[in-house]
Amino acid sequence: MLRYLLRRVLYAVPILIGVNLITFALFFMVNSPDDMARMQLGVKRVTPEAIQQWKAARGYDKPLFFNESVEGLRTVTETIFYEKSVTLFAGEFGRSEDGRAIGQEIRERMGPSLAIALPTFIVGLGLTISLALLLVLFRGTWLDRTGVVICVGLMSISSLFFIIGGQFVFARVLKLVPISGYDSNPWVAWHFLVLPVAVSIVAGLGGSTRWYRTLFLEEIGRDYVRTARAKGLSETRVLFQHVLRNGLIPILTGIVVVIPSLFLGSLLIESFFGIPGLGSYTIDAIAAQDFAVVRAMVFLGSVLYLIGLMLTDLSYTLVDPRIRLK
Amino acid sequence: MVFLCNFPRWRSLLWSVVVLAGFLLTGCGSEWNDPYPANERGSNRLYTSFSERPKHLDPAVSYSNSEIGFIAQIYEPPLQYHYLKRPYTLIPATLEEMPQIRFYDKAGRPLSESAPVDQVARTVYHLKLRGDVRYQPHPAFSLNDDGSPRYMNLDAGQVRAVQSAIGPMALADPGSRLLTAHDYVYQIKRLAHPSVQSPIFGMMSEHILGLEPLADQIRAALAAQPGHWIDLDTLPLPGAIALDDRTLEITLNGKYPQFIYWLAMNFFAPVPREVDQFYGQPALRRTNVQLDTWPVGTGAYMMVRNNPNARIVLARNPNFHDERYPCEGEPGDVAAGLLASCDARLPLIDRVVFSREKESLPYWNKFLQGYYDESGISSDSFDQAIRVTVTGDVNVSPTMAKQGIQLQTAVRTSVYYMGFNMLDPVVGGRSAEEQRRAKLLRQALSIALDQEEFISIFLNGRGQPGMGPLPPGIFGHLQGEAGINPVVYTWKDGAAQRRSLKEAKALLAQAGWRDGRDARSGRPLVLNLDTTSGGLGDKSTMDWLSRQMAQLGIQLVVRSTDFNRFQEKLRKGSAQLYFLGWNADYPDPENFFFLLYGPESKVAHGGENTANYHNPEFDRLFRIMKNMPNGPARQAVIDSMLKLVREDAPWIYWFYPKTYVLRHGWLNNYKLNNVASNTLKYQRIDAAQRETLRQQWNQPLRWPFAVLLAGMLVLLWPAIRAYRSRAGLDAFGQKVRDS
Repeated sequence: MLRYLLRRVLYAVPILIGVNLITFALFFMVNSPDDMARMQLGVKRVTPEAIQQWKAARGYDKPLFFNESVEGLRTVTETIFYEKSVTLFAGEFGRSEDGRAIGQEIRERMGPSLAIALPTFIVGLGLTISLALLLVLFRGTWLDRTGVVICVGLMSISSLFFIIGGQFVFARVLKLVPISGYDSNPWVAWHFLVLPVAVSIVAGLGGSTRWYRTLFLEEIGRDYVRTARAKGLSETRVLFQHVLRNGLIPILTGIVVVIPSLFLGSLLIESFFGIPGLGSYTIDAIAAQDFAVVRAMVFLGSVLYLIGLMLTDLSYTLVDPRIRLK
Repeated sequence: MVFLCNFPRWRSLLWSVVVLAGFLLTGCGSEWNDPYPANERGSNRLYTSFSERPKHLDPAVSYSNSEIGFIAQIYEPPLQYHYLKRPYTLIPATLEEMPQIRFYDKAGRPLSESAPVDQVARTVYHLKLRGDVRYQPHPAFSLNDDGSPRYMNLDAGQVRAVQSAIGPMALADPGSRLLTAHDYVYQIKRLAHPSVQSPIFGMMSEHILGLEPLADQIRAALAAQPGHWIDLDTLPLPGAIALDDRTLEITLNGKYPQFIYWLAMNFFAPVPREVDQFYGQPALRRTNVQLDTWPVGTGAYMMVRNNPNARIVLARNPNFHDERYPCEGEPGDVAAGLLASCDARLPLIDRVVFSREKESLPYWNKFLQGYYDESGISSDSFDQAIRVTVTGDVNVSPTMAKQGIQLQTAVRTSVYYMGFNMLDPVVGGRSAEEQRRAKLLRQALSIALDQEEFISIFLNGRGQPGMGPLPPGIFGHLQGEAGINPVVYTWKDGAAQRRSLKEAKALLAQAGWRDGRDARSGRPLVLNLDTTSGGLGDKSTMDWLSRQMAQLGIQLVVRSTDFNRFQEKLRKGSAQLYFLGWNADYPDPENFFFLLYGPESKVAHGGENTANYHNPEFDRLFRIMKNMPNGPARQAVIDSMLKLVREDAPWIYWFYPKTYVLRHGWLNNYKLNNVASNTLKYQRIDAAQRETLRQQWNQPLRWPFAVLLAGMLVLLWPAIRAYRSRAGLDAFGQKVRDS
């Protein structure tokens, strides 16, 4: 298994270089360093000298990929691409274009994002699997049909509706929780988090429940289920001990891969509930043409995704003894 | 129920629900939706918000309203604007008196104020500082017993500590000291520092003696010691000298009367050398603890918490000098209660809490719940908040009035305009004939595009139709008949009346575009509007604009593009029509007329004249006007300039925006100020009233939630019962005993 993991880590290196290259090319295809400087310096009284100075101070006065003005290896190393990429692989995210340390920013924003994402993930997963199993238990009955209709209904409604509706009903009309806000003290933070977590769970309930129901229904027709029933096991035991365990493999594919990405937060929820997380960090950076943040966040996202894929592979071995990583 | 009671587990669940419901129905009496800590209740704090995180809090760099809103409370430039008086009046802030200004010729001989501009070689500003101005407590001022700085080499533990939300305030025993003239000199030198990148350096280097050479010296020093902190005190600047600790002398090249306004802006706020050195130490360079994030000033407030993603808190500066609330203002100020705090020592509020609200809906709802003390009005909330009477009076809606919410409106010192690129052959013209035709076309469009309708439809009436480049509140802007743009309006029955579409069509025909077609070739007139718009909301604006143009038979092509390409088109002169706006840096007509000054043209000189308008007579008058003091003579020159630009119509003077602000009844001494930003120190909160009303408005409504829970249980009950009945059965419905 160790060799397998090592191989996967080595595979990750060219993938990350590729991701970095694509991010770089796409970003600079749309924005030039001059554009970035103008965006940062504002529109009032910006002189060409100020733009030049801004670029020089941040190393954007060099060529993008190939520096003809120097010789040897320096033609490659004295370029924007090389200088900005190497630091990423060294774990240095550097500073955003407005001068803030990106690493510190990510560390500060990660906690609030996790405070929303983790309970949403755990409670949501437990709830959707339970509901899906319940629907499977009552497959073909009015309970199943009603459940599916409700799920489709939930899927059809925009998450924005749940957010605005939730805020209006529970915070504005019933006044049970604050409309928005956050506090780093967990004893205070919970009452800011109740509503966004609940809204996130409800917004994701329909789709996931239907998806898991389908997976479990597929499992329930298999031979081993028939064998279990033939042994005289109760239907609940068949479901929770046999169907659930085997149905977990496709579920794991979908959920383990997102676990590392939980750090990255949710754009809409964080924006509307005033959670100072990572959700909008990348979007804000794109709007502000902050290349330093964009490349750092894309890089981080790629690394987390690759970790998620590896964790998924590992999780297969835990739920299915037949699977071996070689 | 019988079913539930038969099973102990369900019985305990039932009890849990009953306890929860009981809690919900009877719970503690206070507000559950209060977003602030309970210990803040009843305290003398102002609660407000910000939507964009401030990029720069360094006074040499900040140039946007979202940033100045913070630092204007913390830093003190030498001058400030009177809080209540209109027109805006400069008064001393850290000075004993207004600066003394002297003029000298090339030989260094003194000149009178009225001396011709071309004779003035130097202008010297003499500033005398107050003796009681002290800095806020800050570790940069802390000293060891031997007088050396205490926190100049922070260890790892201290660096960790300052990276918390309270920043440098985490360090024990912060110090302070008196403000000196050297601090102003240091800051003026910082404007030239290449690493600081002050946006006004280019402009100021033309005026302040020796600023440009100083930048070269700093660059050389940086090259000699890369990555090192540069002590600017070692580099001389002849244009800014501290004659002693309390006397500052600033020398300008030639004459630049508008410089006095810059002395009321953050760029000229003092930055002490030791503060720059504190933030420049290597241990802090890799952190977010910088002068750009943790300002240090002498102002009424100091920053005590900075989480730009969530909350920024300012607290009363315990060392703030003795400044009093003004006792005179405009005629209506007494009736408005704005002089009730006359002679009270400032600031009147202990803390100001800025919470970040990225979305307008939560912000608006929290304002209605009393958790923000004041609020703007988004288009979505306008109908809920405002009622316009048949006579055109604007008031808050009855619901708002019942809550004691009050409305304040003011026309901003800003102008929005549709610009014509004068280098374009159709709307600007190259040959004399083309120019004649283009001028008539611009005039026709100025009449046909109905700003009143635009303001009514798209701005909910929050604007005033433009009559020229000068907005109200700026010297030179005239009200009434004398102030109308005669190209577009006539004066009838005591009001400005837009000229008819017929007149616009006649002008268009004279321009050789009868009914929107070239009189000679018959080709249709197609105009291109370059815009950064593109969203759904903007589509309706563009549709309206197309319809307005279509009235003249003109086809409008909207070329939506991103901000960068839009700016590039302006720089290269490839745009034809475009929308832009300008907010006043200072309340002087020069700050608006320079947008049409020939040597400021965008394409030729990279300036702010995006229309590339060039009229030698206008330019001549501009040079005269900018050096004149306000008075009848200056008004006469301004009138001539306005006549020229109204006639030439390089812009359609679209509108002057109006600010609408709602505030709760407990927020007092609130007066809108479009020029000054250091206004929080004047405001006053009735914290007891706020607390009472918040409690009244925010009692949790528990029973619907309890009903909802009960309803969910009722829905679940059949499922639970069905589950229980099936749980012990096998596939054939037989009861099984699982091993």
